[in-house]
Amino acid sequence: MTGATRTVPSLSGVVARGGQPPASLDTPVKIDVDRLNFYYGEKRALDGISIQIRTNLVTAFIGPSGCGKSTFLRTLNRMNDIIPGTRVEGKVEIDGEAVYGSNLDVVALRRRVGMVFQKSNPFPKSIFENIAYGLRINGLTRTKAEMAERVEESLRQAAIWEEVKDRLHDSALALSGGQQQRLCIARALAIRPEILLMDEPASALDPIATQRIEELIYDLKKNYTIVIVTHNMQQAARVSDLTAFFWLGRLVEFDRTDKIFTAPAEKLTEDYVTGRCG
Amino acid sequence: MKSTGILEWIIEKLLFTCAALSVLTTAGIISVLAFETYEFLREVPVLEFLTGTEWTPLFANQKFGVLPLVGGTLLVSAIAMVVALPMGLLAAIYLSEYSPSGFRRVVKPILEILAGVPTVVYGYFALTFVTPLLQRFLPELSGFNALSPGLVMGLMILPLVSSLSEDAMRAVPRGLREGSYALGATRMQTALKVVVPAAFSGITAAFILAVSRAIGETMIVAIAAGQQPRLTASPFVPVETMTAYIVQVSLGDTPQGTLEYRTIFAVGMLLFLMTFGLNLISTWLRERFREEYA
Amino acid sequence: MKKRLDLLFQIASLMTLVIALTALGALVWDIISDGASRLSLSFLTNIASRNAAEAGVYHALMGSIWVIALTGALALPIGVAAAIYLEEYGTRSRMARFIELNISNLAAVPSIIYGLLGLGLFVRLMGMGQSVMAGAATLALLALPVVILSTREALRTVPNTIREGSYALGATKWQTIWHQVLPMATPGVLTGLILALSRAIGETAPLITIGALTYIPFAPDTVWSKFTVLPIQVFNWVSRPQAEFKTNAAAGILVLLVLLLSMNAVAIVVRDRHQRQGRA
Repeated sequence: MTGATRTVPSLSGVVARGGQPPASLDTPVKIDVDRLNFYYGEKRALDGISIQIRTNLVTAFIGPSGCGKSTFLRTLNRMNDIIPGTRVEGKVEIDGEAVYGSNLDVVALRRRVGMVFQKSNPFPKSIFENIAYGLRINGLTRTKAEMAERVEESLRQAAIWEEVKDRLHDSALALSGGQQQRLCIARALAIRPEILLMDEPASALDPIATQRIEELIYDLKKNYTIVIVTHNMQQAARVSDLTAFFWLGRLVEFDRTDKIFTAPAEKLTEDYVTGRCG
Repeated sequence: MKSTGILEWIIEKLLFTCAALSVLTTAGIISVLAFETYEFLREVPVLEFLTGTEWTPLFANQKFGVLPLVGGTLLVSAIAMVVALPMGLLAAIYLSEYSPSGFRRVVKPILEILAGVPTVVYGYFALTFVTPLLQRFLPELSGFNALSPGLVMGLMILPLVSSLSEDAMRAVPRGLREGSYALGATRMQTALKVVVPAAFSGITAAFILAVSRAIGETMIVAIAAGQQPRLTASPFVPVETMTAYIVQVSLGDTPQGTLEYRTIFAVGMLLFLMTFGLNLISTWLRERFREEYA
Repeated sequence: MKKRLDLLFQIASLMTLVIALTALGALVWDIISDGASRLSLSFLTNIASRNAAEAGVYHALMGSIWVIALTGALALPIGVAAAIYLEEYGTRSRMARFIELNISNLAAVPSIIYGLLGLGLFVRLMGMGQSVMAGAATLALLALPVVILSTREALRTVPNTIREGSYALGATKWQTIWHQVLPMATPGVLTGLILALSRAIGETAPLITIGALTYIPFAPDTVWSKFTVLPIQVFNWVSRPQAEFKTNAAAGILVLLVLLLSMNAVAIVVRDRHQRQGRA
């Protein structure tokens, strides 16, 4: 536990070997992770992760299955707390506030950090109720009119409003896979988080639905900080500004996306993105 | 947002209290029985209670030997087990090793119905149908006897034996059976020499649970076995079981707090200890069986 | 030779099932043939009487309904709460295991012992007297293990992804359980409750022990009234030597069985509708 303040390396430092980054990538640090270890019981799943997630950019986590990228994603909103026997060492800070501090309100954290899961998991209720649930339990609206407004706003943000506006009270389970996932994104956006964590959001979807999700992510980053886990490298290349490559629980390389995929600094990274391993 | 922390804590404690009620129930049963039994044993020596062969607490000349009641219970239960155990096991073997799945799906729910019939109905059946039927072949059979309720009780417990034994046998891995078939064994040989021995502790657990069930059964014997405590091995004469005695006193006008009143708790304590002990053994056996095949 | 032995064995095993089913058939036929003629509207609306031809089951039927309704009202919240604790909160602690051990032991305790508990605790210590309340409290304890078991199974059918989705939105544990998990588990919970109650409605011994009187010809007024229930009335009739009372007993059994069948049918309908909804 270092008491001294740490200087956050600016992006130009990270890409020292690759040349100057464009200024727009040097946004303020939103999430600061310093030497994070994560344990499932005795087994160490994450080893000394240090990384900075930048505001209003899309950061992609890539790596082979089981390399820890989903586990790491879930440490950012303390979803791993639900699993018994897990342990965290190291520091995670969001806007300077310690995520694993002893008096952190987990409920408030999860309101700021939204999550979309790999397999869409709409509640077995109506489309309207799916969105309204988050608003209701967090006490975010006072009148029915306000509620209806917020529901419409989130559905528009997730680019699904036009398709469901006439059947808001139908069951969410009647939607297609791609629609359900966009509904889950709308559900996450409804509580107006600052950060959006997406765990392989399009892996269960067909190419057309995937494309719509990717377009959505591109639009959303204007207002949100997005971290996306994906096993699809082409997707990472299309959608993200920064990419982090994980291997066996360690962060191997973190850089601008174009650099990672064209001229990575580490040999392991190069082997992975060219398909020679993993 | 901190207030939700306190509310959550209160809710968790409330839920825990409801769950802990089960512990309180067990404690309650033991306390109530123990208290009244203690008061009873202050007036009646334990040895006389447990070894005496005459039970006449409601008569002028009071005797408190519980053996006739225990004998009645064991006699009826033994008859029930003669029916339920072999038939239940054979039924389980058929369902597990022979029958096509469609047959199983039809028959099993019907067997469950046997288990779900209220015991008063079985008592009625024993008294008004089975006893007269048996009397045609056994004219010396008295109107109240141990044979009739014993047989009917066996019928009632058969589904329990069958279902638990079948569960135990289905837990035996396919590989064991296939190895036996590959050696040319018939289904009967495989069932009897491979599957049943492999499922032995599970099946024994089922048998013990069945005995416990029979010992604790009340209405069938209250209706059809009689109210004459008698230490006998004859299934043809009236007997009284521990459970039927408790019913008999409860139906009467015995005032609370008297020695006669306390007898039902003493008998109840004995009944509880017997069934509890059997249940513990059965659970232990089932745990061991699960460890073998988990 | 081996094959013939195998065939004999197969037939013998099958025979046991046939015998059991035949006996069940004999039982049903016996009851129907004895009692069907006695069934009539007046049988349902008459109260007890020393005259067999005038006696009916109204008082006992009402008593049963009062007791079962109250039993359900007691057993449902407590059983569901206990199941929620065991399934969602305390899953691996030693205390939880101890509680589970108690529950499974209690499930195998003879029902008459519950009657003795009810007599000592509810009727005497807590002063409830020989009332509907005492009977319902006793039967509720008897029904609890069943309700807890089936509620736990229902809770287990709710996928964890639903819980995760709720937590990720900032819901607390209880909010997740109350708004998402319980509603999804409700059909299973109800089915379990109805099954537990259908067993309770046939219970005789514990209620006799707490003092449900065999001759009380009135329907209950309040939960503190003395009462009798249908199976006790049947027991009362079957204990009389006269043949007409035996007929009454059979008719009473038919009423009881109809009640039982209806309850089980409702449980099956609830379960099937839920299964169909889940595939939407």
